[in-house]
Amino acid sequence: MIFGYPLLSVVIWLPILFGLLVLATGNDRNAQMARVIALVGAVLSFLVTIPLYTGFDRLTSDMQFVVHDEWITRFNIFYYLGVDGISVLFILLNAFFTPLVVIAGWKVIEKRVAQYMAAFLIMSGLVNGVFAALDAVLFYVFWEAMLIPMFIIIGVWGGPNRVYAAVKFFLYTLMGSLLMLVALLYLYMQSGGSFSILDFHRTPLPSLTVQVLLFIAFFMAFSVKVPMFPVHTWLPDAHVEAPTGGSVVLAAIMLKVGAYGFIRFSMPILPDASHYLAPVMIALSLIAVVYIGLVALTQADMKKLVAYSSISHMGFVTLGFFIFNEYGIEGALLQMISHGFVAGALFLCIGVLYDRVHSRQIVDYGGVANKMPVFAAFFMLFAMANSGLPGTSGFVGEFMVIMGAVKANFWYAFAAASTLIFGAAYTLWMYKRVIFGAVANDHVAHLHDIGARETLVFAILAVFVLVMGLYPLPFADIMHASVNDLLVHLNISKIPN
Amino acid sequence: MDLLASLSPVYAEIFLLVMVSVILIVDQLIVNQTKTVTYLLVQFSLLGCSLITVATHQEGIVHLFNNMFVDDMMSDVLKLLTYLSVSMMLVYSRSYLLLRGLFTCEFMALALFATMGMMVMISASNFLSLYLGLELLALSLYAMVALQRDSAVATESAMKYFILGAMASGFLLYGMSMLYGATGSLDVYRIAEVIQHGTPNTTLMVFGLAFIVAGLAFKLGAVPFHMWVPDVYHGAPTAMTMFIGSAPKLAAFAFVMRILVEAMQPLMIHWSGMLMVLAVLSMAVGNITAIAQTNIKRMLAYSTIAHMGFMLLGVLSGSIEGYGSSMFYAVVYVLMSLGGFGMIMLLSREGFEADSLNDFKGLNQRSPWLAFMMLLLMFSMAGVPPTVGFYAKFSVLNAALQAGHIPLVVMAVLFSLIGAFYYLRIVKLMYFDAPESHEKIYIQPDSTLLVSINGLAVLLLGIMPGTLMSVCAVSVQQSLLH
Repeated sequence: MIFGYPLLSVVIWLPILFGLLVLATGNDRNAQMARVIALVGAVLSFLVTIPLYTGFDRLTSDMQFVVHDEWITRFNIFYYLGVDGISVLFILLNAFFTPLVVIAGWKVIEKRVAQYMAAFLIMSGLVNGVFAALDAVLFYVFWEAMLIPMFIIIGVWGGPNRVYAAVKFFLYTLMGSLLMLVALLYLYMQSGGSFSILDFHRTPLPSLTVQVLLFIAFFMAFSVKVPMFPVHTWLPDAHVEAPTGGSVVLAAIMLKVGAYGFIRFSMPILPDASHYLAPVMIALSLIAVVYIGLVALTQADMKKLVAYSSISHMGFVTLGFFIFNEYGIEGALLQMISHGFVAGALFLCIGVLYDRVHSRQIVDYGGVANKMPVFAAFFMLFAMANSGLPGTSGFVGEFMVIMGAVKANFWYAFAAASTLIFGAAYTLWMYKRVIFGAVANDHVAHLHDIGARETLVFAILAVFVLVMGLYPLPFADIMHASVNDLLVHLNISKIPN
Repeated sequence: MDLLASLSPVYAEIFLLVMVSVILIVDQLIVNQTKTVTYLLVQFSLLGCSLITVATHQEGIVHLFNNMFVDDMMSDVLKLLTYLSVSMMLVYSRSYLLLRGLFTCEFMALALFATMGMMVMISASNFLSLYLGLELLALSLYAMVALQRDSAVATESAMKYFILGAMASGFLLYGMSMLYGATGSLDVYRIAEVIQHGTPNTTLMVFGLAFIVAGLAFKLGAVPFHMWVPDVYHGAPTAMTMFIGSAPKLAAFAFVMRILVEAMQPLMIHWSGMLMVLAVLSMAVGNITAIAQTNIKRMLAYSTIAHMGFMLLGVLSGSIEGYGSSMFYAVVYVLMSLGGFGMIMLLSREGFEADSLNDFKGLNQRSPWLAFMMLLLMFSMAGVPPTVGFYAKFSVLNAALQAGHIPLVVMAVLFSLIGAFYYLRIVKLMYFDAPESHEKIYIQPDSTLLVSINGLAVLLLGIMPGTLMSVCAVSVQQSLLH
C-alpha cells in the first residue's frame, strides 16, 4: 500500500472496469466511441502502473505494494496481492502492450468492435492479476479466467480455421491447469491450511516422490503455456488463426505467464524435484531451441514462422531457469521481456502486411521495400533483434543465458548458441524474401507505406528494443534482489538428509 | 396453545397444504385464460412459506411427531432454496407453458405438491416419512411430465419415468425393510444408535444398504442407474425438465444426508466404496456421452449425471467438510441448471423448441446480452473461474483430497476436462458461428430479467463465494450435532 490506496488493485481492476464500460457501448453503431474509451482505458491503465516502477524498492526481495484482505475465510483464501522484482516487470510489460494492441486494432477490426476492445482490456487486467496474486487460489482464478477472453478473441476475430484453434487452445491449457489445481489443493493440505504462495515456499515436502509428482502437475500447467516441446503444438495454430492483436498478446504476454509460473511455483516450492528433473527440463529446452528453430526455417507462413521462433526463444528461457545460476535466471527474465517486445513487434509487422494484402504467405510478397521503405526499416530492426544482434534487446538475454550455460555445462551452451545461427537464418531469410528483390506482384505494387498511427506504434517499440539492447541495467537492476532470493530458496533442500 | 406452538416447525408445510387447497378451489371460481390470479397465488404461497420458515427458525435441532420430523438449520436452508428455485421455475416457464396451453391449475398445484413432498423429504428423520415425501414428489413429477397429453414423446417419457421410478422406490423400500430387520427401527437416530452400540446383523445391513444406495442412485440419476435421465429430460416439456433438474436435487441431497450420514455413518466404509463407483462412472459416462448429443436438453441431462457424480465426491469423503461441499455443489448446480433451461425456454417460441444445439448458433449476433449470460452459465457448469461452478468443484475436490482419494480427484479433473469440451461447444456456437435464423427473439421481460439475475448471480457468487459456502458448511455441521 503506497500513496494510501491499494495500487495493485487499481492496476488489476481499472482495465477490467474500462472493459465493461466499453462493452456497455453496445453494438457497432457506437464503434468509434468504443475505440476511444478503450484507448483511454488502456493508456490510463498503463499510467497507473508507472508508480510500481518508480516506487519500487530495489534493495529488498520482499513483496511490495502488498494488499492483503479477507476473501473466502472458510478456506483461508485471501485477496493477497504483491509484487517482487520479477513480477513487476511483467505487469509493466503487459500494461505497456495493451494500448498498442488497441491502436493496432483501431481500423482493422470492424465487426463487434466493442467486444473486441473489451476482451483485450479485461484480459489485460486478468493478466496483471496473475502476476500480482500471492494467494494460490486467487492466482488460479486469474489464470483460468484469462482463457475466456482469449478464447473469444481467437474464435470470433480469427482466421478461417479459428474455431479449431480456439478450442485447441482452451482445452490444452485447461488440461494443464486442472492438474495444477490438484497440486495446489495438496499443498494446501500440507501447509496446514494456507493458500499463500509464500507459505508454500516454506512448506516442508520431505519426500522426493511427492515433489516430483507435484512438479509434474505444475509442469503440465506451465509447460503448456510457455509452451515447451512437446506440448507446443497449440501455439502455431493459435497464432496463425488469431487476429493481429491476439497474436501480439499471446506472444508478448501469455507465454510469459507460463514461464513466470516456473519461477513462482515449481522452483521455489519444489527445489529438490527441480534439481532432480533439471536434466529433463534442459533437454526439452534444448530440443525447443534447436529443433523448433529448424522447423521455423521451413515455414512458408510468416506468422507460423514467428510462432515457431517464439517457441525456440522460450526454450532459451526455460534453459536459463534450470541451470540454476544468476546469469541463467536473469538472462532468461531479460529474454522474456525482450521477446515480448520483439515478437509483439514482429506480429504487428506481419499484421501491417496482412491488412493490406490479406496473405501471410511469404511467396505472396517480395520487393516490399520498394513500396514501404519506412516499414521495411522498422521491420529490419525487429528482425535483427529477433536474431539476437548485439545492440538490440534480443542479444542481452541470449548472451547471459549462454554465459550461464557455459558455467553449468559447455555442451548446453554449445547447443543453445546454435540458435544465434538458426535464428538469424530463419528471420533474415524470411525478411529477404518478403522485403527485398523486385516487386513480386500487383498486390505488392499497390502497397502504401505505414501511416502515422502505425509509425507511432513501431517507433515506441523500436525505442524500447534499442534502449534495452544498449542499456539493460534498468531492467536487470530491478530483478536482482528477487533473483538472488530465488536462488537461495532453490539451494535449500526440503528433504532431510 | 402449547400444542399449536409446538407445531411451529411444520407451519410452512401446513400453510402450503392449505394454500394448495385454496388455489384448487379459487381456480374453479375464476375464469381466466392466462391464470394470472392462480399464478400470483402460487407465488404468494411460496413467499409465505419462505417467511414462515424464516420466522419459525429455531436454534438447534427440533424433533416432532415421535422423531418423524426434524427441523434443523440444514432443513431450513434447503427449504428456502427449494422455494426459491420452484418460484424461479414458475417465472421461467410461465410464458413458455402459456403458449403451449399447459399453464393450467393442475400444473401449478402439482408443482406445489411436489414442493411439499420435497419439504417433507428434507425434514424427515424416519424412513417412513422420508419415503412419504419422496413418493409425493415423485408422483407429482410423473404427472407433470405426462401433462402434455397430445405429445407422444412426453407421454413416453412419463411412462419410462414412472416405471423406472417405481422400481427405484421398490429398491429403496426393500433396502429399508432389511435395515428394519437388522436394527428393529425406522427412526434415523435409533438406527444410528443400534449400529453404533448394538450388535445388528452386518450382512443383512450391508445387503439392505446396497439396495438403498441403488435406489438413491436411481433418484439422483447416477450411473449405472441413469437410463431414465436423458429420455425424461428430452421428452418432457422444457418447463418440467427444468423442474426435475432443479429443486429435487436439493431434496435428494437431504435424502442422502439423512439416510447415509445420519442413520448409517458407522457403515461409511461400505457406502463410501459404493458411492465411489457411482461417482466415477457418472462422471465418465455423463461427460463422455454428452459430447455426442445434438439436443441440448439431452446434453444437459448427461451433464446432470456428471454433476451428480461430482456431488457424490463430497459425500463419499465422509467428513463434515465434504458434506458441506456437496451441499454447496447441489445448490450451485440448481442455480446453473435453472439458468440453462431458462435460456432454452426463453429462446423457444410458439410451436418451436430451441432445444437443438444449432438453435444457439450466432446468438451473440442476435442478442449479445443473452449470449453473455449463457456464456457465464456454461463456463460455470464447466467449472471455469471466476464463476461459482469453479468453487463448487474446488470444494468437493478439496474434501475428497483431504480424505486421501488422490487418484479419484485426478480422475475427476480429467473427466471435467472432457466435460469442458461440450460446454465450450455451446459458447463456440453462440459466438463463432453465424445464426441460422434471424428471427427476432421475443423478449419476455420477466424471464429475461430473471435469466440476467441468474447469470450475474453465477458470476457474483463466483467472485464472492464465501458466504454461501459458509452457510452450507455451517448448516450441515449444525444438523449433525446430536
